[in-house]
Amino acid sequence: MSLWEYANPKKFLALSGRILPIAAWGAGLCLVVGLVWGFFFTPDDYKQGSTVKIIYIHVPAALMAINIWFMMLVTSLIWVIRRHHVSALAARAAAPVGAMMTLIALITGAFWGQPMWGTWWAWDPRLTSFLILFLFYLGYIALWSAIENDDTAADLTSILCLVGSVFAALSRWAVNFWNQGLHQGASLSLDKEENVSDVFYFPLLVSIAGFVLLFVALMLLRTRTEIRARRIKALIARETLS
Amino acid sequence: MIALLIRDLRLALRAGGGFGLGLAFFLIVAALVPFAVGPQAAVLSTIAGGVLWLGALLACLLSLDRILALDWEDGSLDLMASAPLPLEALVSIKALAHWLTTALPLVLAAPVLGVLLQLPQAGFYWITLSLAIGTPALSVIGTFGAALTVGIKRGGLLLSILVLPLYVPTLIFGAELTRRGIQGMDTSTPLLMSAGISFACIAVMPFASAAVLRVNLR
Repeated sequence: MSLWEYANPKKFLALSGRILPIAAWGAGLCLVVGLVWGFFFTPDDYKQGSTVKIIYIHVPAALMAINIWFMMLVTSLIWVIRRHHVSALAARAAAPVGAMMTLIALITGAFWGQPMWGTWWAWDPRLTSFLILFLFYLGYIALWSAIENDDTAADLTSILCLVGSVFAALSRWAVNFWNQGLHQGASLSLDKEENVSDVFYFPLLVSIAGFVLLFVALMLLRTRTEIRARRIKALIARETLS
Repeated sequence: MIALLIRDLRLALRAGGGFGLGLAFFLIVAALVPFAVGPQAAVLSTIAGGVLWLGALLACLLSLDRILALDWEDGSLDLMASAPLPLEALVSIKALAHWLTTALPLVLAAPVLGVLLQLPQAGFYWITLSLAIGTPALSVIGTFGAALTVGIKRGGLLLSILVLPLYVPTLIFGAELTRRGIQGMDTSTPLLMSAGISFACIAVMPFASAAVLRVNLR
């Protein structure tokens, strides 16, 4: 019993078919509980008023935006090293979800920034690096859709993902150096004394769990679709041959 | 390797387009900026460094699809790939040829165009220096992009979407170096970072370019 067993599409389909409903229902439950709790049953912040509640969408989306890219990096590495097709397809399936998460983080941030900072957009390091991350997602998705041959596309996009990761990290430090920040520092770290108050913290955790499960559900669903699309392609190819 | 370099240089010089085109584009961008933002010297001189950097970057970008696409179309890329020269060396030479034919003229032309944009006196030195240090990274990263999209028909737009985000660090440090130099601030950090990015790209990117080229030639 090893993780690599699930490189077999059939086993992957069987397992993901069992996980998918759990993740989907869990995501729905966590999101409803987290968002309703966060929006209606937490006090307003003494300075930010009710705008603070954007945190229940903004923070989980931003968290997912980065972690989905990281997941794509890992699956791309697995494809490059061990050439498991499911891995490449999972990276492909995750990319649009990650792009949407980045977009959600940017837009909710703008909605929050308008009343709080007095501007929709500032060239702050975090905002800028998210914009760059969004561009990387766009390039990655565009490259996938531009290439006809699936294996070539998987190879090229995975190398783009590896190179892009290096440059995304580099850009992150470059913009840090380039402009001073308006965005507040981390307030959810496990190793720091001063964090966001518990009143906001627990609904936020539920909401984050909801976003993670939502991503898992969407990613599994999309990967399963990709696998089946491949099968259909193979069947059609066999038909035309015979 | 030298023969290949000479061949590429000759092709760029003699087979029309390519060589002068980037330079002409750079000139036009620099000439259009005052029409867009107005001819006030105060405005122009503050943005001159950034505009020159952006113009050079776009001029580089425009010429990228010529690096490999022409050789791909007429099949000479296959011949070069089957030659005893490793692909890593091939893409390095291609990047060098691109730098010599496209980026180096831009570096030399930048101070001249700086006159049009009211670049401050101190800026002439810094724009030339920062472009000279930064453009090798643009060529090498661009070669990676060209290798990535070589098999795609009409991949030009895709190429720019892929390559522009990769240009961000180079642009930030290059333009920052120019800005700080003009204002008389300490320039050592952006100078070292630009140089570091360029050298790291020259050292590492050929492996990535060769890897994607191998996939595309399969």
